[in-house]
Amino acid sequence: MIQAILVFNNHGKPRLVRFYQRFPEEIQQQIVRETFHLVLKRDDNICNFLEGGSLIGGPDYKLIYRHYATLYFVFCVDSSESELGILDLIQVFVETLDKCFENVCELDLIFHMDKVHYILQEVVMGGMVLETNMNEIVAQIEAQNRLEKSEVSAQLVCLMPLPISPQGGLSAAPARAVSAVKNINLPEIPRNINIGDLNIKVPNLSQFV
Amino acid sequence: MPAPIRLRELIRTIRTARTQAEEREMIQKECAAIRSSFREEDNTYRCRNVAKLLYMHMLGYPAHFGQLECLKLIASQKFTDKRIGYLGAMLLLDERQDVHLLMTNCIKNDLNHSTQYVQGLALCTLGCMGSSEMCRDLAGEVEKLLKTSNSYLRKKAALCAVHVIRKVPELMEMFLPATKNLLNEKNHGVLHTSVVLLTEMCERSPDMLAHFRKNEKLVPQLVRILKNLIMSGYSPEHDVSGISDPFLQVRILRLLRILGRNDDDSSEAMNDILAQVATNTETSKNVGNAILYETVLTIMDIKSESGLRVLAINILGRFLLNNDKNIRYVALTSLLKTVQTDHNAVQRHRSTIVDCLKDLDVSIKRRAMELSFALVNGNNIRGMMKELLYFLDSCEPEFKADCASGIFLAAEKYAPSKRWHIDTIMRVLTTAGSYVRDDAVPNLIQLITNSVEMHAYTVQRLYKAILGDYSQQPLVQVAAWCIGEYGDLLVSGQCEEEEPIQVTEDEVLDILESVLISNMSTSVTRGYALTAIMKLSTRFTCTVNRIKKVVSIYGSSIDVELQQRAVEYNALFKKYDHMRSALLERMPVMEKVTTNGPTEIVQTNGETEPAPLETKPPPSGPQPTSQANDLLDLLGGNDITPVIPTAPTSKPASAGGELLDLLGDISLTGAPAAAPAPASVPQVAQPPFLLDGLSSQPLFNDITTGIPSITAYSKNGLKIEFTFERSNTNPSVTVITIQASNSTELDMTDFVFQAAVPKTFQLQLLSPSSSVVPAFNTGTITQVIKVLNPQKQQLRMRIKLTYNHKGSAMQDLAEVNNFPPQSWQ
Repeated sequence: MIQAILVFNNHGKPRLVRFYQRFPEEIQQQIVRETFHLVLKRDDNICNFLEGGSLIGGPDYKLIYRHYATLYFVFCVDSSESELGILDLIQVFVETLDKCFENVCELDLIFHMDKVHYILQEVVMGGMVLETNMNEIVAQIEAQNRLEKSEVSAQLVCLMPLPISPQGGLSAAPARAVSAVKNINLPEIPRNINIGDLNIKVPNLSQFV
Repeated sequence: MPAPIRLRELIRTIRTARTQAEEREMIQKECAAIRSSFREEDNTYRCRNVAKLLYMHMLGYPAHFGQLECLKLIASQKFTDKRIGYLGAMLLLDERQDVHLLMTNCIKNDLNHSTQYVQGLALCTLGCMGSSEMCRDLAGEVEKLLKTSNSYLRKKAALCAVHVIRKVPELMEMFLPATKNLLNEKNHGVLHTSVVLLTEMCERSPDMLAHFRKNEKLVPQLVRILKNLIMSGYSPEHDVSGISDPFLQVRILRLLRILGRNDDDSSEAMNDILAQVATNTETSKNVGNAILYETVLTIMDIKSESGLRVLAINILGRFLLNNDKNIRYVALTSLLKTVQTDHNAVQRHRSTIVDCLKDLDVSIKRRAMELSFALVNGNNIRGMMKELLYFLDSCEPEFKADCASGIFLAAEKYAPSKRWHIDTIMRVLTTAGSYVRDDAVPNLIQLITNSVEMHAYTVQRLYKAILGDYSQQPLVQVAAWCIGEYGDLLVSGQCEEEEPIQVTEDEVLDILESVLISNMSTSVTRGYALTAIMKLSTRFTCTVNRIKKVVSIYGSSIDVELQQRAVEYNALFKKYDHMRSALLERMPVMEKVTTNGPTEIVQTNGETEPAPLETKPPPSGPQPTSQANDLLDLLGGNDITPVIPTAPTSKPASAGGELLDLLGDISLTGAPAAAPAPASVPQVAQPPFLLDGLSSQPLFNDITTGIPSITAYSKNGLKIEFTFERSNTNPSVTVITIQASNSTELDMTDFVFQAAVPKTFQLQLLSPSSSVVPAFNTGTITQVIKVLNPQKQQLRMRIKLTYNHKGSAMQDLAEVNNFPPQSWQ
């Protein structure tokens, strides 16, 4: 199981901190710092495995990391994961980020922390590998982003009085938004009719009959 | 109120901070704004605020006040809100019960949501942070989703099920029906997570494992999938560096390992495919090696054919030569795992492994070191030790301690000769002396004493070793001990093993004195050196005066430990010169240390000589650690010269000790300063055998029931009662609780109770409940004494009482010898 995924830059500034095991906040920060110091003193030409630090896990845990330009990607895993496999997984994660952000760089991670988390959620879930097919991950992320966007434009529609539209540029957006609104809201309708209640009512009625 | 700034702006602002303090200030300001926005129940910007909080949380600032806001976001209808809300919940929420209860409801709704991404979020959150209650409540929903046809949900449900099983193992059965069709799935994501789920179930429950082996025929299914993966041509979907879905292959190989472990049929069924994977996998890239590595581990773990095992170890041997450090590392790790079962096969790669000791990479070095120690045996010990000693010499400090103790262990186990053994340990002490563990010194001393024929050789070697360099403390300690013990052999120059060296007595004393003076020497080392010099007073003939002088100089050392020794030795010269030679006799050959029972303390007093010193707190410590001290203090006068060494150093366990017994000594010196002895205690006049005198006295031991309590002291209104308990676990320990009461009309203040027992006992005085004995018997002081009496001897005790009463300091001594026999028999 993956215990933690940490991304920090060459100065130890955290860029992504994700723990799959509960640690108090202070300990989390200590782990980030400790891991940074462990990883920092290693040359680039030595192996990418480290016996775990003192704070996370124990002898069963390993830190597996890769260093890309200004960023360190560190996975803390236990013995149920293949060391070499995790190295490939880091590669997959980074390549996915690259596809989603188009030539990913540290700034992307800084300003889109939430998005990085969402991408990670499609790769690793609850400390276990969920999906390694990059195309699939990117497709799911894009679909979810579209869903978010449609909500934003739907909100725009609600905020904007309709008659303003003749300016042309905006006219297309509401149309799309409206269809998005339809798509979102349609499935909502059956949920509002509470079937559970109906079912309860029926026997009650029969009692009265 | 203006709209809160965007996350992007916040980040930009924070990045302009030049100092940590500036950053903290900015964040605090923003937090205040976020809090007030939360208070206003602002729905539009809640999601923006939580996103900002998550950013601050990542930087290490407190953000828990956003927990409830996350819940509100989750409950929102919008996907954007839910997305950030669930993320916040995973990052911020702790184990608090009430919040989880609220969460359960939201997740339940969302698991039944019509949008797959909302369902996905709920599954992801449950699979990350679901508590056992949540898992119990929602397992049904997860199971339902595990059976959907939607692969996006199915794969998440499988991992969620793993989490549920981890939290609540008894729910495992519930997922069993759903696993039936999981492996027929085409989607690799689902396949991958299904294998994870099956692995979890098999690992957790032997019943499940048997079920999957026998009823579900899991092995052939997995073999089929694996075969398809290797045989299928290029598929752009799953290709990673030319290999089809290595992640899935690795997972399947892991599950096969669990299924094949200790099961002949299953192992048989997978032999072929493992051989196929092992030979067909392309290894130019990391991914291929990952699969190969996993295959090797599986082959080693199941009941595979011997040919296959050799193939596996040879693959690891090839790995050891790989340029990629990571591959070398995993090869060493897995060889370490298999070295116990396939010792000979691994042995064949010994030279490659030893070469890895010279690697620049510390992780590889450590593995190589561990593996090298595992490979040491009686046949290769000399060669391997040569390499390892060389390694010890050149390696980083972090390895030295482990390496040194590894060498000690291996040498003890496989030493071809005693001389080699002693040489090796001395080599370690000279090269890595400051890194060896504390027990190395007594162990080596024991080894040396026991090899009688090597004494002359050893002492000569040690003398030479410290002649040039006395900075390695453990080495100097051993050397000092040996020179003290075998100094006569050193100067007589009768060494058969080696060219004898000519040393004069003065030269030997010179080196010991320079150890005493050197500021590199620790206090313990100086203690060794001083004791060695003292011992030499009976082994050397013409330098006794010089020794006397040294000893008397250290009588005024500022190091209390050293001073005490020196004073004691001085007294030995002055008052007990006739006993000196008996006292300083050569140590008898020691028995191997036994490691349990209190008697061990007595047996090993001599050989573990330095131990009590090293662990001893500074002499000013509040709790006196030795009875000798107590007793000397007890009889209090400063004019008594303490004669007994406080630590059991330098005193041969056999001879002379009893002569010098504490009590005897006390009456010898006449104890003139002691307060008038209480009438109840017979003043024993004849020296020096007070102990003998005591034991021949008739004792009041006609009380027979239980362990009756006794009145140990009753005088001037102060009464002290002893009650007894015997420890069940260790019958040689008697726990005595004393109760002091005061029948006078005034309180007794600053009350101090002290006790001393003869040498064969050990006494521990716990701290008293108070220092004031209230008047009119209105209360008592209690204090617990533990007495260790390994030889079950008649218990005797001397007590000393000091207190202030009616404005004057009182002091009294008493002897307690009416202990009921039940308390010590």
